[in-house]
Amino acid sequence: MPQLLTIAISVLFDGLAYAMFLFITSVGLSITMGLMGFVNLAHGAFAMAGGYVVVSLTRSLGIDFVPSLIIAAVVIGAVSVPFERVLYRPLYKSTDLEQVLLTIGLAFMAIAGFTYFYGPIPKSVPLPDWLQGDVSLGFRAFPTYRAFLIVVGAALIAVLWYAFEKTNIGAKIRAAVDNRRMAESVGINVDLLFTLTFALGSGLAALGGGLAIQLFGLTPSFAVLYLVLFLIVVAVGGLGSLKGTLLAALVIGIIDTGGKYIFPQGGNFFIYVITVLVLLIKPAGFYGRE
Amino acid sequence: MTAALEIDKLDRSFGALHVTRNVDLTLARGARHALIGPNGAGKTTLINLITGVLRPNSGRVLLDKQDITALSQAERARRGLARTFQINQLFRGLTVLENICMAIGERDGHNTNMWRSAGSKRVVIDEALDHLESLRIVDDALKLVRELPYGRQRLVEIAIALAQRPRVLLLDEPAAGVPSSESHLILDVVAGLDPNIAVLIIEHDMDVVFRFAKEITVLVAGAVFTQGTPQQIRADERVREVYLGQEHGHG
Amino acid sequence: MAVSETTPGRAARERAAEYLIRRHYFSWPEALPWLIAIACFFIFPDRMTFGSQVLIMVMFALSLDLILGYAGIVTLGHAAFFGIGAYTVALGFVKLGWSEPITGIIAAGIVAGIVGIAAGWFILRYRGLTLLMLTIAFGAMLLESGNIRSDFTGGYDGLPGLTFDPLLGMFQYDLYGRTNYWYVLVVLAVVFFFVRRIVYSPFGQALTGIRENVRRMHAIGSPVHRRLVTVYAISAGIAGIAGGLFTQTNAYVTLTVFDFDTSAKVMVMLILGGTGRLYGAFLGAAVYMILEDKLSKMSPSFWQFGIGLLLVVVVMFAKRGLLGIAEAIGRKTKRGQA
Repeated sequence: MPQLLTIAISVLFDGLAYAMFLFITSVGLSITMGLMGFVNLAHGAFAMAGGYVVVSLTRSLGIDFVPSLIIAAVVIGAVSVPFERVLYRPLYKSTDLEQVLLTIGLAFMAIAGFTYFYGPIPKSVPLPDWLQGDVSLGFRAFPTYRAFLIVVGAALIAVLWYAFEKTNIGAKIRAAVDNRRMAESVGINVDLLFTLTFALGSGLAALGGGLAIQLFGLTPSFAVLYLVLFLIVVAVGGLGSLKGTLLAALVIGIIDTGGKYIFPQGGNFFIYVITVLVLLIKPAGFYGRE
Repeated sequence: MTAALEIDKLDRSFGALHVTRNVDLTLARGARHALIGPNGAGKTTLINLITGVLRPNSGRVLLDKQDITALSQAERARRGLARTFQINQLFRGLTVLENICMAIGERDGHNTNMWRSAGSKRVVIDEALDHLESLRIVDDALKLVRELPYGRQRLVEIAIALAQRPRVLLLDEPAAGVPSSESHLILDVVAGLDPNIAVLIIEHDMDVVFRFAKEITVLVAGAVFTQGTPQQIRADERVREVYLGQEHGHG
Repeated sequence: MAVSETTPGRAARERAAEYLIRRHYFSWPEALPWLIAIACFFIFPDRMTFGSQVLIMVMFALSLDLILGYAGIVTLGHAAFFGIGAYTVALGFVKLGWSEPITGIIAAGIVAGIVGIAAGWFILRYRGLTLLMLTIAFGAMLLESGNIRSDFTGGYDGLPGLTFDPLLGMFQYDLYGRTNYWYVLVVLAVVFFFVRRIVYSPFGQALTGIRENVRRMHAIGSPVHRRLVTVYAISAGIAGIAGGLFTQTNAYVTLTVFDFDTSAKVMVMLILGGTGRLYGAFLGAAVYMILEDKLSKMSPSFWQFGIGLLLVVVVMFAKRGLLGIAEAIGRKTKRGQA
């Protein structure tokens, strides 16, 4: 097979896996920011916490990886509810700055807390046999874990799309993102919607955090290191848009992977360039509302 | 008759929503022109198009015969176009006096000065105080805007617009939200405006409209329904149906 | 008869005018931070290197107050300009052999200011999350560029061994950093003088207007974008001077000056002290640096937890920072006395 094509396929595959991780972790942030207009910089901390829950469940309690992921998502989703009710809710009408400061403060506290309990050394997670090694897709073999990531991502996209477009709740969320006051005046319980969406978003972040361990290793600073990335995906995709988050995740995931192939010392440079370019042309992101 | 403000086939849509349909309107110098119409007719949208908050899809806005359609809000304001908002847009954390000085400072270019203190231009302060006096709110000069009752805030809103020394003044429901015990203050001010300023007022209160306006435009669903003198409008059955019929008890 | 012809009317006018005329007069508490800074030289003669760093952070926080506290621009990328200033001085020495300190920081300020004009012209068309993201991205891009060209910048290992000429050809540097302390203090005083004038000027008023109600500013004819770019450039220049001083006083610079952490740190300092009042920068930077010096040595995790908790508490209960608390106490005692 020609060299260029091989590289292109590798880039696409790895990029797609990376994009799935970005999508899963960021989609919750996009919906809550679009729905509540709330800048939640603690979102990365929820992802990080989810990762540590998976680590504890698999290593200390011997639970399998995939069930651990699900449990972590549910646990973190549930834990996020009191945060939303007690700390976030009073600040929905506050300035961006205040929301930024509050949530950064929470993120710092989370990082410090998890460093205290888990230590700063990167953690890994034991994978079941069927997720290790490579899987053959006919013309070549690909790392099984990344294929798994792509499959999980695709499944979640399908489920979320269905939930948003076809169900009652999805319609209510879309209505509230569109025009909160109008939604309230037609009797939608926006408060409950906020809490539910926030829990869902945090749960998905936890899932993403758990999935990321195998890709990047897990340390407490995951909470801020990758936060910038999630914010970029959300801003570039457009707040409150499922489509936008997906498109942004794909663009950023694939271009970043390709960029690192060509130019390894470049780091995240390409991501920032894309961000600046997109935002200068479309300040509200791909599918954002002005 | 020299036209201070001319709107020529102004048109604007938001996707499928056609909010302003080919509107023509002329304000002569010293005009007292009322813009009325049912809720959602697009009156504030029209003001936003005139002032430059929105750009039209087609059509022109002419100020003193100059085409200002491509100019920004601020540029139009500097050429003598002032407006008040339906909901007060004031500097709530500043004193009333500072609010007025802000408008004068922008008008005369003082606000580019980074070196002298804001209080060093006595002439600006005096003019600001004159404006406050003519609106009878000079006693509130040192109060923070957010500490004033809404009616007096509304007067500050008008004072800021007047401090721009405009040639054309657009008032968006100046008495809106003002308790009826205080609305006469607003209406006295409106009645006593400088006769050289061309004034366009959006208003729902028909008493105010018929007392103040020399010419009335009725806007329905974004289009000009009809135009004329107060007598003509009052006598027009169609206007009564489409608009006055929806209003509760006036006239 | 006009209102002002009556005595009470005339008095009201005079009172109002007096308030505006006197607003910018120095009040005696303003001398306090300077007296304290001078006193520290005599009370803590062996902490002068630390003292210089505190003063540098005060300057950095002051630059942020101009745009955040007065103009209302929320940025998490201000370290970009601090870093540009720092590296202008460092590279000036390494590549050009430029070791004169005063022209060094002037150059740092000018370079940072020019970048500020260019960057500001683009990104200040936006507000809210878009603006925040652009400031973060801009800062991150500079950091990454510095990393990519680590042959040029020394990367995270940095550029050590920088030496500078005696100030004005006269004042030699000493091992205890005493000369540096006075140097930074004088520069800070000069910078502060100019910043204070700007803030009390009509331009400063316009910035407050933009922060309080930008819609109204457009409607009264204010060229908002031009005003914002101007203050952003000035703020960038001051941050650049602070960065230049950082390099000079440390004789060393690394890429951490561009870190997101540095941008977040200076914002925490300013919020802690209180925005929009200039002296919040003094209070916040001093308190933060002193606490960090004492506590982070004990346990970095506790320090981070403490800062996080502090932020949460400040946002929920003390939005106007330490100065706000002091002001509230001042008001209560006045009422008690009245």
